[in-house]
Amino acid sequence: MTDRTVGKVVSVNGPLVVAEIDPGREVMQNEVAYVHCQGQALKSEVIRIRGRQVDMQVFESTAGLMIGDAVDFSGQVLSAVLGPGMLGNIYDGLQNPLALLENNQGFFLKRGQYLPPLDEEKIWDFVPLAKKGDRVKAGEYLGEVTEGLFGHPIMAPLALSGNWEITEISPAGKYKISSHIARIKNQDGQEINVAMKQEWPVKQPMRAYRERLLPDKQLLTQCRLIDIFFPLAEGGTACIPGPFGAGKTVLQQIISRYAEADIVIIVACGERAGEVVETIREFPQLEDPQTGRSLMDRTVIICNTSSMPVAAREASIYTGLTLGEYYRQLGLKVLLLADSTSRWAQALRESSARLEEIPGEEAFPAYLESRIAAVYERAGVVKLHNESTGSLTMIGSVSPAGGNFEEPVTQNTLKVVGAFHGLSRSRSDQRRYPAIDPLISWSLYLRQMEDFLNLRHPEWVERVKQTHKLMADGHAVRQMMLVVGEEGISLPDLVSYQKSEIVDATCLQQDSFDPVDRATSRQRQIEDFLLLTEMVRHQFDFENKQQARDQMTRLQNLFFQMKYSPYQGEKYTGYRREIGRMLGKEEAR
Amino acid sequence: MIKEYNLISRIQGDIITVQAAGIRNGELATVKGQGRSSLAQVIRLQGDQVFLQVFAGTRGISTGDQVRFLKHPMQVAFGEALLGRIFNGSGQPMDGGPVLTSLPKIEIGGPSVNPIRRIIPRGFIETRVPMVDVFNPLVESQKLPIFAAAGEPYNELLARIGMRANADVVILGGIGLKYDEYLKFKNSFEQAGVLSRTIMFIHTASDPVVERLLVPDLALAAAEQFGVQGKRVLVLLSDMTAFADALKEIAISMDQVPSNLGYPGSLYSDLAARYEKAVDFEGAGSITILAVTTMPGDDVTHPVPDNTGYITEGQFYLRKGVVEPFGSLSRLKQLVIGKVTREDHGHIMNSMIRLYAKSREVEQKLAMGFDKTPEDDRYLDYSQKFYRRFLDLKVDIGLEQALDLGWQTLAECFSPDEVGIKQEMIDKYWPQKK
Repeated sequence: MTDRTVGKVVSVNGPLVVAEIDPGREVMQNEVAYVHCQGQALKSEVIRIRGRQVDMQVFESTAGLMIGDAVDFSGQVLSAVLGPGMLGNIYDGLQNPLALLENNQGFFLKRGQYLPPLDEEKIWDFVPLAKKGDRVKAGEYLGEVTEGLFGHPIMAPLALSGNWEITEISPAGKYKISSHIARIKNQDGQEINVAMKQEWPVKQPMRAYRERLLPDKQLLTQCRLIDIFFPLAEGGTACIPGPFGAGKTVLQQIISRYAEADIVIIVACGERAGEVVETIREFPQLEDPQTGRSLMDRTVIICNTSSMPVAAREASIYTGLTLGEYYRQLGLKVLLLADSTSRWAQALRESSARLEEIPGEEAFPAYLESRIAAVYERAGVVKLHNESTGSLTMIGSVSPAGGNFEEPVTQNTLKVVGAFHGLSRSRSDQRRYPAIDPLISWSLYLRQMEDFLNLRHPEWVERVKQTHKLMADGHAVRQMMLVVGEEGISLPDLVSYQKSEIVDATCLQQDSFDPVDRATSRQRQIEDFLLLTEMVRHQFDFENKQQARDQMTRLQNLFFQMKYSPYQGEKYTGYRREIGRMLGKEEAR
Repeated sequence: MIKEYNLISRIQGDIITVQAAGIRNGELATVKGQGRSSLAQVIRLQGDQVFLQVFAGTRGISTGDQVRFLKHPMQVAFGEALLGRIFNGSGQPMDGGPVLTSLPKIEIGGPSVNPIRRIIPRGFIETRVPMVDVFNPLVESQKLPIFAAAGEPYNELLARIGMRANADVVILGGIGLKYDEYLKFKNSFEQAGVLSRTIMFIHTASDPVVERLLVPDLALAAAEQFGVQGKRVLVLLSDMTAFADALKEIAISMDQVPSNLGYPGSLYSDLAARYEKAVDFEGAGSITILAVTTMPGDDVTHPVPDNTGYITEGQFYLRKGVVEPFGSLSRLKQLVIGKVTREDHGHIMNSMIRLYAKSREVEQKLAMGFDKTPEDDRYLDYSQKFYRRFLDLKVDIGLEQALDLGWQTLAECFSPDEVGIKQEMIDKYWPQKK
């Protein structure tokens, strides 16, 4: 583009601004434009073009705008800047580093201020991995820098098409992210410089890999209810819908801490600032049990809280996904947590209403379904050009209006995810946390990962299904007891109810504030669950209900004490032995 | 040069459209007609058409009225002189006192706080309402709604908290208040002698609808300034459902597509923009918000309480004249209980609620005609004492006193091994028989 398109504001309606451009000038859908207002340039994005009228959503407050104010079109679509130095950062939805804004602006976020997302001055130790004359494609590794624990590969630009040849590559040494570390050329003789940082349009999926694979390995969250009953796959997707107060956020926080991922990206999308503050303030002090470093070293937070501009809220999920895809290209196991996708959908609804589009269900736009599907489809496990794999797993929380799962966002999300962890008000009212309701939740990965899970134990999946069925049976008995009382049910029914209560209390429920119980390792999950299923399968021989109650209460207490005892400690093995004795075995296995 | 326009081309609901140029979005204007004048604010620009919402309503506005643009957005005077004063929904004094012309003006509805400059809240605000202090304590920077059906004494509760809470500044935002309610607030604050630390922004039910929208912003803009200056501010709002209804009315007049029960799609963001002003500033003061949200039809899934519940950090339910002990929840309470407050606080809280739940079961059991056991009598006794000493809104005691009373109540009704409290706490706090 020779010179840039400019325009003038002709209409202002909340964050929606219409500009008129000169006839014959070019403008691109999703192009970034800057609206000049009282000496500030407000970032905005083109969302509709009708003749010379260009509709833009402004990522800031539009107070003070005037008809006739100038608009500059950048010629670029909304992009994220990718490269070494993103870890540990806290960005807003447009990838502005909030910590740096802090120094400049005091308590409040003033509008019209944009800072580079990466530290341009930081020096990195670069080591080349490729050599002059090598042929490369988009996303292939040219070299590497060390970022914290990781070797952070420097890739050939992800946007390249076709084969390129390295004509120059820098020797090992110290470079800044904008320094050119290589020069490459294609068959047409076109030659470009490669820097350590690069840009990628946030709304476009990154596809610089060899192939996508079927997710068949488990991503461990250390939350028993998820890992055992409704497991998550590396590269899979899950959604957590729940009414307010059901513990969505606590669950997300727990997962973000203990999940066995290399990189965790937290997108706080339209939720309370207070929740993000806990993460921001606590993560630097918490130790990542896998690496011994601060949890913040593996975390990126994208934070567009509920009172920050709505248009940027829409962008925040895409920014998070783009960062996630980038790390996947580096061969890492990435987990993205989006809280909450309902707020993102509401942002779509707001802009759709301003565009006066014909509304669909509950006034959400008709394209809600395809947008949700496109977001979740960006997750996945891929084989990279160098044969290694990388994965991006996405967990989105949903905040359904009135706690009713029949609403459009929940329903359209359920269509595209692989696991559904539905939180229920009744479980949270009973303080049974995490309040994932085992009777409504499901995971397709239980079957998809059967071979992998059965490495834990040959009958693993079968036992999980059996125990899951017990939960349903126990619930049915409980319903019956509410009507006919305990006297009205048979002894075997009472026993299966008691069994289901033991499973619920000692396996499903997990105390997120207890230092032992809050995270359960893979090995401990295996041992504890197998012992539990011994109990589930055991044919108890009780003479009457009183004996059944007494024995089962004792058993429940033993399991309960065991779950709070440190793994393989003296107490732990003691309780195990005692449970084994009660089940008529010397040592349960 | 300030120009006047007198070509109003459209009047719909409380929105007027006037042809004008060089006008900024959000700018204020005055609309002057036969003997009446009102403020108005620009809410939309389309070519040379300027849409304004008229604070005093459009009744009686004629197409020939004079519109004068003031070249600045909505502002509120700010300073210590605000304390003890009462203003209406457009920020004008309604207590007969002087207009505060000499004070600096601040803009309302300012930008949000950088999340990084927030800190994890750690201050306890004592309200001297035991159901709040003991069971769901209010934490500085918290935003909590009081969900109540019409007819519940929510304003009485709010007034009590306004009188007794240990905050530096209390700001009351009355939205669609009945005039009687306003007078009750004023009288209670006067009688309690706390008027000097109180500021009131009052919109009464008979005032124009648009002014309702301004009240939370006025109250919170003032609160924010006091907060930055290091004051601990408590903002009381009543009733946020009336605020949401005003949003609905304006949205419909602007031909916006409604999303749920006629409310605009932006309801969540609009409410969040206000509630998120609650903050604990690093190295300065704090803003705590307690807001009444009446539930139409006592239905918590109605869009207003539902969206509110997702934004706020817990909720109080006011049912049958008392703060409901089971559904109410202060999500931040674990940040202060036993840390800022006395060590036995958490134990008393859990034990008393558990026993109260049990005594409710006993009441139900007896109501169904089962026989009464001697044990039941003790639970009934406990239930009555719990009501009289804790639930009743008239009870006015501080936290420490309430905790002592809790121990006393437990000791009167139960033995130490029945209450499920750690032995070391029992040893230290269980009242000795005289």
